[in-house]
Amino acid sequence: MMLMNNKSVLMSLLMNDKIGSKLIGFIILASIIIALLNLFAPEGSALHVPTYIVSLLGKYLCFALLALALDLVWGYCGILSLGHGAFFALGGYAMGMYLMRQIGDRGVYGNPDLPDFMVFLDWAEMPWYWQGFDSLSFALLMVVLAPGLLSFLFGWLAFRSRVTGVYLSIITQAMTYALLQAFYMNEFGFGGNNGLTDFKDIAGFSLLADGTAVGLFLISALSLVLAYIACRFITESKFGKVLIAIRDAESRTRFMGYRVEHYKLVVFVFSAVLAGIAGALFVPQVGIINPGEFSPIKSIEIVIWVALGGRGTLYGAVIGAFIVSYGKTFFTGAFPEIWLFMLGGLFVLTTMYLPNGVVGLFGRIKANKGEAS
Amino acid sequence: MILEAKENPQSLLYLNGVTKTFDGFKAINNLSLDIAPGELRAIIGPNGAGKSTMMDIITGKTRPDEGEVKYKDVVDLTRFDEADIANMGIGRKFQKPTVVESLSVRDNLDLSLAGNRGIWQSLFFKLTGQQQQRIDEVIGIVGLTEKSGDLAANLSHGQKQWLEIGMLIIQDPEVLLVDEPAGGMTDTETMETAELLKTISKQHSVIVVEHDMDFVRALDCHVTVLHEGSVLAEGNLETVSTNPKVIEVYLGR
Ligand SMILES: Nc1ncnc2c1ncn2[C@@H]1O[C@H](COP(=O)(O)OP(=O)(O)O)[C@@H](O)[C@H]1O
Ligand SMILES: [Mg+2]
Repeated sequence: MMLMNNKSVLMSLLMNDKIGSKLIGFIILASIIIALLNLFAPEGSALHVPTYIVSLLGKYLCFALLALALDLVWGYCGILSLGHGAFFALGGYAMGMYLMRQIGDRGVYGNPDLPDFMVFLDWAEMPWYWQGFDSLSFALLMVVLAPGLLSFLFGWLAFRSRVTGVYLSIITQAMTYALLQAFYMNEFGFGGNNGLTDFKDIAGFSLLADGTAVGLFLISALSLVLAYIACRFITESKFGKVLIAIRDAESRTRFMGYRVEHYKLVVFVFSAVLAGIAGALFVPQVGIINPGEFSPIKSIEIVIWVALGGRGTLYGAVIGAFIVSYGKTFFTGAFPEIWLFMLGGLFVLTTMYLPNGVVGLFGRIKANKGEAS
Repeated sequence: MILEAKENPQSLLYLNGVTKTFDGFKAINNLSLDIAPGELRAIIGPNGAGKSTMMDIITGKTRPDEGEVKYKDVVDLTRFDEADIANMGIGRKFQKPTVVESLSVRDNLDLSLAGNRGIWQSLFFKLTGQQQQRIDEVIGIVGLTEKSGDLAANLSHGQKQWLEIGMLIIQDPEVLLVDEPAGGMTDTETMETAELLKTISKQHSVIVVEHDMDFVRALDCHVTVLHEGSVLAEGNLETVSTNPKVIEVYLGR
């Protein structure tokens, strides 16, 4: 009975979101095919998908999840966070700490009790906040708790004092910048400048094995799909309408009797947790996490993904993250010196000519065709 | 928790000696006002008289520097914020019509519908048949039946005013504060709005701020004239409009 009920909720969500359902279907199908082609097509054959491509696509999936998280707060609730990279990085560090502990005595210094960078710093023992990270379940808990608590604290203070608009954006940027400075310091205890790297295995599986890469890739795809459905459930509910009301007419929403600060807080924390999960999936696939993930430009990039894809649609965020990330991979390979200019240019062009992003453009073309025929 | 109020209060809203200063300018100056339960009251006064600021103070948007603001004799409204005050039963329409532009007319009413405002409830909320009916009914009352599926952004100025009034009706507050409801309306629409508010006032207390004298005449109720943040005159429209001080304020300059 319960299952039937859930199923029909899911069906009606997907029915009301045609583009989103197609996108989800495509992601599921493409991920399975890519996984199969990596594992079963013989190496050297034209059909074989090399493992580094699988991990690269896995990274894009994490970015798409991150973009989705931002779109929920920005597109639907009008909270332009310029600090979402911080939540992503915190999730990433929590996972990175677990992966560091898995190295054991296989580090350069061969110390079974301390990660390499601590040996290098002459530390006698692990700081208290590294305790527990040899357990995957504890690390996963921290993946949720670290960004969750930070966003809760930050949001509680900011939303209660009614910081909105550009002021809120500025303090989110300040937050990620402060964390950037902290994580750079060796004494802070997270590997300083170099961050955490040289990971060996995860849950007993070698990170060098094709199967592990494919597994992480599939988990990323699944997480994206589940997060998408969860976000769509939220935006389709009355809660989602309250978010839109807050975005369009905040004080009207208060006068209707809604506790605006509570609604903002809940959606902000949920979004931060999604960002943290994205970071946690990202780290084992790229093999490193360093303070650079906290840099303000990273957070701004997320905003560009969402704006370019089409804000306030969810699927637009996912598509935008794929397009820009692919562009970045391509252009930083081909013309590394112009990528940042291109990114800036793209943003300007999008805001000027594509206020509804790429998905808005498709919508317009389709509407025109409909009229013509 | 919030409502320690009496069953049959003497006054619904009671303002006494209220003062609010913005950058040294007294927008509200020792204002006193008493609205009885069930009353329909019109408030008039030139631009900048402090009418909207008075509503801001009652609804928790602005804190007064001094003075008492009491709801149902005992509740001190200055201690609560907008959401609390809305949930106590004080509804408000803004001077500039304010609706949720990117939601449909129907969704705007759905959001305003009286009921639980909790987060968990809103995540799993489903309209009952009765609530659907109530929404249709209110859409009919404010004359937007043909527009019920349209985005609020696509409504005309006057239609937005009506939608906002509809949102107030469906919120079912005890008292409605209505700030310049006829702004941007044609003469016919203005008169229809006056009729609508008169109907509403049969079941709710209503305070209306309006400039349009024909509108105020149609309301046919007690009138308070506000000037420079305090009450200049009070009484029925005839008394008030023959008051020399009122004539001076309205016509003298
Ligand atoms: N938030 C504010 N900050 C500064 N001045 C304000 C503010 N709100 C209102 N005022 C001033 O208070 C006076 C009364 O405004 P208002 O209540 O809007 O008048 P009314 O609604 O009667 O036209 C005006 O001079 C206005 O400029
Ligand atoms: Mg006004």
